[in-house]
Amino acid sequence: MKVGIVVFPGSNCDRDTYYAVQQVCGIDVQFLWHKDGSIPSDVQCVILPGGFSYGDYLRSGAIARFSPIMRDVVRFAQQGGLVLGICNGFQILTEAGLLPGALLRNANERFICRTVHVRVENSSTPFTTSYTRGQVLQLPIAHGEGRYYAPPEVLDQLHQDEQIVFRYTDSNGISTPSSNPNGSVDNIAGICNRKRNVLGLMPHPERAIEALLGSEDGKGIFYSLMHYFEEVGV
Amino acid sequence: MALFQATITITLRSAILDVQGKTVEHALHALGFTTVQHVRIGKYITLELEATDSTEALSLCNQMSEQLLANPVIEDYTVTIEQLHR
Repeated sequence: MKVGIVVFPGSNCDRDTYYAVQQVCGIDVQFLWHKDGSIPSDVQCVILPGGFSYGDYLRSGAIARFSPIMRDVVRFAQQGGLVLGICNGFQILTEAGLLPGALLRNANERFICRTVHVRVENSSTPFTTSYTRGQVLQLPIAHGEGRYYAPPEVLDQLHQDEQIVFRYTDSNGISTPSSNPNGSVDNIAGICNRKRNVLGLMPHPERAIEALLGSEDGKGIFYSLMHYFEEVGV
Repeated sequence: MALFQATITITLRSAILDVQGKTVEHALHALGFTTVQHVRIGKYITLELEATDSTEALSLCNQMSEQLLANPVIEDYTVTIEQLHR
């Protein structure tokens, strides 16, 4: 299998993600430039990395979604290709309409950069099979606009279809208002689409891949991808 | 074709907590403006465009707002159009 990491002007987690995917998990990976018109045919998973694409002008992700490559990312996702959006990548996915809802300025008006606990709510997506449902992970967050919002009817749908994949919790895995760092509705930290092939999350799994640096709980996402492709045989 | 100036105002939908607005509201109260309420902070965009008439100009600006300038999931917008005579 091969992973493609899209580089937008202002992406700043692209190299960390490359390192996590290649060095730590041993997956073949290449960068994809935002001006490229199409995703190479040997790429089976596209990652939109964190950062501040286009300076977050207008709204986070609002300009990046019109990058030439995004048209093909939308086609790729609609055809069942795996797409993972981390932090700014999550914001881009909501702006592009590949995931429902939107990400607003943090409730406390501050940029938050710290490690949080998140609980795995759905371990049957291609991105989360290495985890068990209810497992509590330690992952870093670093964002100013991570307050997930969706209108009530959309939220109901997310619940019904088990599209909520990660929730902010305390260290015991209990969702509480005080363990919600940014004011996200329902403590939501990450969601997937109905077909389960598009996942967006605010925490940074690529920054949690080595025990020496505090946590390796993020590895599970990349291992899950590996297992998924081993099973489908690419 | 005529030249128009459009003004587009974008604010968070009323159901959504506007934390910037809230913070400014508290600051205004602290300054003694205690009767202030419902402070909302948004974006103000002006642009010039050519169109056959103001109806077309308005329609184009609505399309721009729906597709890019505003995010309909979280924001409302209003457009005003004024013809420029240069």
